[in-house]
Amino acid sequence: MVVWLRSGLTVAATCVLTSCTGWQSSFNAQAAQSEEIKRILLIFIAVSTVVWVAVMLVLLVGLIRGRPLREQRLDLDEAFERRAGSVILVAGIATTIAVLALSVVSYGAQRTVFANDPPVVTVKVTGHQWWWEVQYQADSPHLGFTTANEIRVPVGQPVTVELESADVIHSFWVPSLTGKMDLVTGQQNRTQFTAKNPGVYRGQCAEFCGMQHAHMAFTVTALAQDEYRRWRDQQNQSAPSPSDPLSIRGEQLFRGRGCGLCHTIRGTLAGGQLGPDLTHIASRDTIAAGTLPRNSGNLAAWIADPQHIKPGNLMPKMPLRSDELIAILHYLEQLQ
Amino acid sequence: MSDIAREPARDLRDNKLEQSELAALLLEIWRTPSGWLGSLTSVDHKVVGKRYILTAFAFLVLGGLLAVLMRLQLAGAERKLLSPDLYNQVFTMHGSTMMFLFAVPVMEAFAVYFVPLMVGTRNIAFPRLNAFSYWTFLFGGCFLWIAFLFNVGPDVGWFAYVPLSSLQYNPGKRADVWAQMITFTEVAALAVAVEIVVTVFKQRAVGMTLDRIPVFVWAMLVTSFLVLFAMPSIVVASTSLILDRLVNTHFYDTASGGNVLLWQHLFWFFGHPEVYIIFIPGTGMVSMIIATFAGRPVVGYVIIVLSLIATGFLSFGLWVHHMFTTGLPQLGASMFTASSMLIAVPSGLQIFCWLATLWDGRPVYRTPLLFVLGFFAIFVLGGLSGVMVASVPIDMQVHDTYFVVAHFHYVLIGGAVFPLVGAVYYWFPKITGRMLSERLGRWNFWLAFISFNVAFFPMHILGLMGMPRRVYTYTPEMGWDHLNLLSSAGGAAFAASFALLIANVVLSLRSGALAGDNPWGASTLEWATSSPPPPYNFSRIPVVTHRDPLWAGGGNLPVVAGLSVERREVLLSSIADAEPHTREASPEPSIWPLLTAIATTIFFVGSIFTPWSVVWGTPPIAIALIGWFWPTGSKEDEE
Repeated sequence: MVVWLRSGLTVAATCVLTSCTGWQSSFNAQAAQSEEIKRILLIFIAVSTVVWVAVMLVLLVGLIRGRPLREQRLDLDEAFERRAGSVILVAGIATTIAVLALSVVSYGAQRTVFANDPPVVTVKVTGHQWWWEVQYQADSPHLGFTTANEIRVPVGQPVTVELESADVIHSFWVPSLTGKMDLVTGQQNRTQFTAKNPGVYRGQCAEFCGMQHAHMAFTVTALAQDEYRRWRDQQNQSAPSPSDPLSIRGEQLFRGRGCGLCHTIRGTLAGGQLGPDLTHIASRDTIAAGTLPRNSGNLAAWIADPQHIKPGNLMPKMPLRSDELIAILHYLEQLQ
Repeated sequence: MSDIAREPARDLRDNKLEQSELAALLLEIWRTPSGWLGSLTSVDHKVVGKRYILTAFAFLVLGGLLAVLMRLQLAGAERKLLSPDLYNQVFTMHGSTMMFLFAVPVMEAFAVYFVPLMVGTRNIAFPRLNAFSYWTFLFGGCFLWIAFLFNVGPDVGWFAYVPLSSLQYNPGKRADVWAQMITFTEVAALAVAVEIVVTVFKQRAVGMTLDRIPVFVWAMLVTSFLVLFAMPSIVVASTSLILDRLVNTHFYDTASGGNVLLWQHLFWFFGHPEVYIIFIPGTGMVSMIIATFAGRPVVGYVIIVLSLIATGFLSFGLWVHHMFTTGLPQLGASMFTASSMLIAVPSGLQIFCWLATLWDGRPVYRTPLLFVLGFFAIFVLGGLSGVMVASVPIDMQVHDTYFVVAHFHYVLIGGAVFPLVGAVYYWFPKITGRMLSERLGRWNFWLAFISFNVAFFPMHILGLMGMPRRVYTYTPEMGWDHLNLLSSAGGAAFAASFALLIANVVLSLRSGALAGDNPWGASTLEWATSSPPPPYNFSRIPVVTHRDPLWAGGGNLPVVAGLSVERREVLLSSIADAEPHTREASPEPSIWPLLTAIATTIFFVGSIFTPWSVVWGTPPIAIALIGWFWPTGSKEDEE
């Protein structure tokens, strides 16, 4: 019964596993690192299944095999005791060999995952409660820029991510690309991946970091190299000056109402460092660290009452009249 | 009148008395004083043990209700039953309650009750310390839960990582409540550990040499040493956290040269052995139950005992596998992969021994054995997923995801709670004198076994599908809702299985079949006395000539005589050979342990609010201790 139930579960599990290629799944491996981890994960699952089934079979046979009733409980069969001792010893040695072999398999994968090739792109990611600051570094200072919550990388090239925290410990995890690495207060960690295929890969903070840990997502988008270069050049530019009257008013309100104390919009006087850089907010897919798709409705709702959408986040609710909200929204939507 | 008082002591010993007369005299000197005030003074290990067990199970129910709340919240995407603030308190309270107020205390509670009986002595060593330990545990647990009800429940996880738990990111008192609850449970656990070690080393029945100690007692001995060596690490951690928060020290303040990973090292140097502090007693219970229901001694007693000891040592060499993703040097991490996997060897050896025992024995399928068979299926799976998370690359994917939640629930519920429930069915007759219903027991087992797997197996898959732990919600497009719903349904049924257990206990207390001394035909000394045992445990101290004393010698248990019947006395014996050494007075009931625990509680709770509590909180403790140790002019003192 026990075995039957378990094997049923295992079959069910396998069915789910084969279909679990969601966009944040360890089994949706899209980089050299995550593929290697998936490979040994499957090895470990296979070995575990065999061992589990073997133990359950021994247990089951041991239970159902017929034995004479013992008159005296201490009336033991010397030969059996000796044989059992040897079998246990052999099984113990086999266990030791098995775990040592699995350790070696694990070391092999570790070498691949932490190969540390010379990176083509280096991105510095700083964790904040509860969003990701993303800084692209370049040899010449004018080519570096800052964005938030969305990382873009070229396909097929090693990308190194330098991880730091501005406050508490977070963890950078994009299952499709590689395993997680913590952003530890007071130290810099690194992780590396080489995306194999273009696509959007979702990641999420994996270390409990306070009230809105659940809403601290991000995406890594792997682009063809020329596409990546185009995106990069575009992000490098400052924000376009507002041209129409409504967005001019929006820009003024953005500064006048204090938004610029926390947010930076390059090319304007808004230079705050506490919140995400909004220079190219209109080029992003999501807002509030992957919480909502970026569209006018969501952006307006967010500005009107961020605490309703993501309770406890550090963006205060600003008293805005609806015409003011519309102006700010209009301005932000210009920031392609 | 005064003449009688001055009459020289008669020095009456138990060898001069008939059985009935002896029992009456022993009852008079060993019984707990009557009345509610009297009951507060009890130092009887069975009274304290029962209170400990009941209190720990009460915390299990509370922690379980929190689990049900979490499963309701996560049953579907974006459910709004709990606010994020409340959810974070709930999962922190669930983990803290289960680890610190249920799992560790309940195992120690069973040891407090059964170790003295199993080694054949009349009371635990340091019985007043034992009473103090219970009160401290009770007050600490109540303190945590009262704080939670007043919305000051900790919300930093049961691991309370800095800097999230530092004053800067956690203003208010929530993290202090967590840290001080730790202090309470540390004190309580350390006290019991010392008692168990001394009881096992010095109070074993004559002839109970090291290789005749019941496996459960061995397990509790190893566990007690783990407590003694692991707890100081968390003492240092929680105290330095409180110091950082209260008097502005900088242990964990990176801006002033502190280090946040120091916390993780200290926490897990305690936290990993903690898992074995919970699991090793479980294996001890498994060994006892298997021997009884397979109708033969466990195969490989020596292998099992050595495995327990090896597990104890190895458990201190694994803590870094909780920190594989913190950016440690690869070489160091690799070493901990190997050590973490190697602990599978002693656990595996124990399992092989049990399999061999069942193979050769003739199993009697009563409820305790059913829970042990469930333990096999669940724990082995949890152990194997443990081998998986020991691998650095695999851990990088599954760490802090629901895969790990599944893993440690398989290990802890499978490895500790299933044996524990089996042990409840096994020892309930001894504690209460009545049998639990076998019919309800079977329902209880099958409901628990099936629903456990329905609740927790899907979590493996959820973790691999990318669902992190400690998230209060998730969006529908993540595709996690079906498995979460399944898991929640299983969780509700699993909770119901504990309702069945409670119902069985309540019904059987009133109308269960009478048990008799040894209803299962078991082999160890706790079954050599009546059910429930009298306050003095054994009217004459047994002499042990075999590892399975009640199976050997055709059912006749030799006894040793010569203990006083005029005062509480226990027999002390030598560590290795259990040769009788000396008679030792055992303390009388006293209210002072309770008063000391109250003074300690005021000290601990006060120090959350002001460092001056350390100054003003000490004199009451000192006064209580003076009362506790006030010389009473016992015979030994006069001599």
